[in-house]
Amino acid sequence: MIKHLRSAADLDAETATLILDTAGEMAALAGREVKKLPTLRGRTVVNLFYEDSTRTRISFEAAAKRLSADVINFSAKGSSVSKGESLKDTALTLQAMGADAVVIRHPASGAPHRLASWVDGSVINAGDGTHEHPTQALLDAYTMRSRLGRLDGLNVAIVGDVLHSRVARSNVLLLSTLGARVTLVGPPTLIPIDVAAALQPGLKVSYDLDSVLPDADVVMMLRVQTERMQDSYFPSAREYSRRYGLDAPRMRKLPEHAIVMHPGPMNRGMEIAPEVADSSRSTIVEQVANGVSARMAVLYLLLGGKA
Amino acid sequence: MASLRDTHIGTAPGKTVLSASDLHRVVDRIAHQILEKTSGATGTVLLGIPTRGVPLARRLAARIHAFEGIDVPVGALDITLYRDDLRLHATRALGKTEIPGDGIDGRRVILVDDVLFSGRTVRAALDALSDVGRPSSVQLAVLVDRGHRELPIRADYVGKNIPTAQSESVRVSLAETDDGVDEVRLSGSEDPR
Amino acid sequence: MTSYLIKGVSILGGASADLLIKDGVLATGSADGAEVIDAAGLVALPGLVDLHTHLREPGREDAETVETGSRAAALGGYTAVFAMANTSPVADTAGVVEQVWRLGREAGLVDVQPIGAVTVGLAGKQLAELGAMATSAAGVRIFSDDGHCVADPRLMRRALEYVKAFDGIIAQHAEEPRLTEGAQMHEGEVSTRLGLTGWPAVAEEAIIARDVLLAEHVGSRLHVCHVSTAGSVEVLRQAKARGVRVTAEVTPHHLLLTDELAASYDPVFKVNPPLRTAKDVAALRQALVDGVIDVVATDHAPHAVEDKECEWAYARPGMVGLETALPVVLSVLGEQWELIAERMSRAPARIAGLAGHGTDLTAGSPANLTLVDPSARRVVDPAELASRSRNTPYAGTTLPGRIVATFLRGEPTVLDGKAVK
Repeated sequence: MIKHLRSAADLDAETATLILDTAGEMAALAGREVKKLPTLRGRTVVNLFYEDSTRTRISFEAAAKRLSADVINFSAKGSSVSKGESLKDTALTLQAMGADAVVIRHPASGAPHRLASWVDGSVINAGDGTHEHPTQALLDAYTMRSRLGRLDGLNVAIVGDVLHSRVARSNVLLLSTLGARVTLVGPPTLIPIDVAAALQPGLKVSYDLDSVLPDADVVMMLRVQTERMQDSYFPSAREYSRRYGLDAPRMRKLPEHAIVMHPGPMNRGMEIAPEVADSSRSTIVEQVANGVSARMAVLYLLLGGKA
Repeated sequence: MASLRDTHIGTAPGKTVLSASDLHRVVDRIAHQILEKTSGATGTVLLGIPTRGVPLARRLAARIHAFEGIDVPVGALDITLYRDDLRLHATRALGKTEIPGDGIDGRRVILVDDVLFSGRTVRAALDALSDVGRPSSVQLAVLVDRGHRELPIRADYVGKNIPTAQSESVRVSLAETDDGVDEVRLSGSEDPR
Repeated sequence: MTSYLIKGVSILGGASADLLIKDGVLATGSADGAEVIDAAGLVALPGLVDLHTHLREPGREDAETVETGSRAAALGGYTAVFAMANTSPVADTAGVVEQVWRLGREAGLVDVQPIGAVTVGLAGKQLAELGAMATSAAGVRIFSDDGHCVADPRLMRRALEYVKAFDGIIAQHAEEPRLTEGAQMHEGEVSTRLGLTGWPAVAEEAIIARDVLLAEHVGSRLHVCHVSTAGSVEVLRQAKARGVRVTAEVTPHHLLLTDELAASYDPVFKVNPPLRTAKDVAALRQALVDGVIDVVATDHAPHAVEDKECEWAYARPGMVGLETALPVVLSVLGEQWELIAERMSRAPARIAGLAGHGTDLTAGSPANLTLVDPSARRVVDPAELASRSRNTPYAGTTLPGRIVATFLRGEPTVLDGKAVK
């Protein structure tokens, strides 16, 4: 088993499939009255959050607690982090506390890689800068597989601000590993340079959402921050929404079985229309529930055996 | 590979302790015993412990149906997440847990496993069971009891008692999980990993 | 003053010969009473001259001082280094440049020649008192806002024109700031994969293209710092072919390392301009051989541990380089001693107008020279560096060549591979 989950590229097809299968078992257990399992009793999981992300932190916290791990939340507010302690010094503190795993959310790309060089425990990337968010990709893949029955051969369109999206990077890597065909869609300003060479040969890029929809099994809408306008990535929210937003007429171009995903939090009316977000195609609420199961699976597989 | 290693260490190659027909007779006998001891298997649920406990539980249910025409609910109870030795091995993949639709509350649960050895698996199964519901009673059926208990646990139904040395290994093969082969073999000390 | 007889040395790879040092100059005649140095198997080069060093004093003496940087330079075979102006306070007045110059003389290990800032506080708004620095005791001839680009085209034009009065030269850090906001590494395949904001090659090339046109227009001299891209090489090649008075430098690290190293997220590989692609490295090597690039300059940039043992985005850019420059160049060019002497000693001295350095090792020349053992191999150990900082990208790398001795005006600064003071 792998020791760290820093990038979706840490996962080969076999390991990724094992995590999804395990997540399935965890999801089945989540339906019971007694949700707690004794599996990680005596293990310590630290949530080290340098960015506010209540939903991700709660998801990891619920996952760790359902497996009976001790959870320590170490957030930027109300700790030495805000007093400017370096990541390395914080890492040495966590090391001294005997953390078996550190879940890290950080605004700087690569912070989990740095952390892994300073602690003995497992490092799980809960989102680093504009780099990756591998557990989000796992829960997304899990959601696709439970809705559509497979990943191999699925056409997945990832739409929006790919340039700044850690969700997009992790999804491209993981979905490609599992045999899905990904198309990135967005204005050229928000598609990173050399993206196919960087992430996956054969990765497709389109600047035209309408042409991609009829063949898509999955459409994943990324959050687009309106601040990007100031940096001239696109002229206005209105123009962005017209060209790349998913509204009801566009949704009708999708095949009957296709699903609509969003990692949240959504900008309703910007990248996704309310009637799309609330439609039966939307998996947005399921994604949240699946997040706990996927993270339980990751914690179990990283911590559930001999260290 | 196994026979090669056995030869190498000078022990006789693994010997068959239950042939296919022995195994079928033993399953039949346990099915009869269950019917006898549970007054016709009323209010009973069979839960197999993965991997080989699950097909065994299904076989028992099928034999009970054949003998008396009774449908006993069958399910699976994976105990991996309840094991007390997780830290001693590389991470194990989970098995399936499938509890029959009507649940286990107030019912007699018969746990089914292939080999009873230290008793630790059964201990974990009892913990797992208590998180699923509250049965009226719990019984244990095993194909082979090889001794060497480390916990105060005994089986209610035993297919065959096989006295073994600690270092020996008992290998149960079932058609459903082992390429169509039904048998139980006993072999010399395995490479102690 | 002690005389030295360096016996059996190969001057620039030539046949074995003896070099006699008397009264600080290379001499002929009797070697009576001279201390003999057995130099069999060693190669003599004119003392190296670095056009681009950050000595951090005043302001960041925890990272480097004039003295520790001078010692690192001597151990690297240097007899003169040009100290960049981005200190605290900035070297933008005669007072600060004289202070740095005096500290260098006191350390006495290499000639420390201060570079003056082009603009007040490196702010890119207003010319610093370039003339006052030129006529100060430090005799500044090179001016640079290095670390920052003189981005305002009108200000750059004025600076190029103004320094003609005292034969000065503007050394430009070519980086269009609007194209590199938040930039962390070379923009390309690797930056996309790592999610680090890209530093596009065009941000360098656009400024070089603009500046060679400005220099051509006003008939001034331009020096381009740390050229890092294949595109920049092409711009320079064309400008030189047209007769523009432009010179350029490349760092040892840009001749050897690529952006793939960022994949570790270890900021020891973070530098500005960033490490580029293998294609750029190949173009830079060719340009160094062709002469499109005139000089190897270290951009020695020491940083305190806390500025590197952190997240990539929060780390300061830069690498130490004085002690590894010649070994890296040897590994890139091989034993092309004539070319190495030209690119690392003569050309930089000529560009800077620095007398007494980069001269041929012939009788009458000042005895500024270094002795190299080309057959030695060394594994770089950051703990062994004389620099106060440890941010070398070559930790654990085996590099060829060992600097055995360095002489500054006839006095040894390094003997047996160790600094004498």
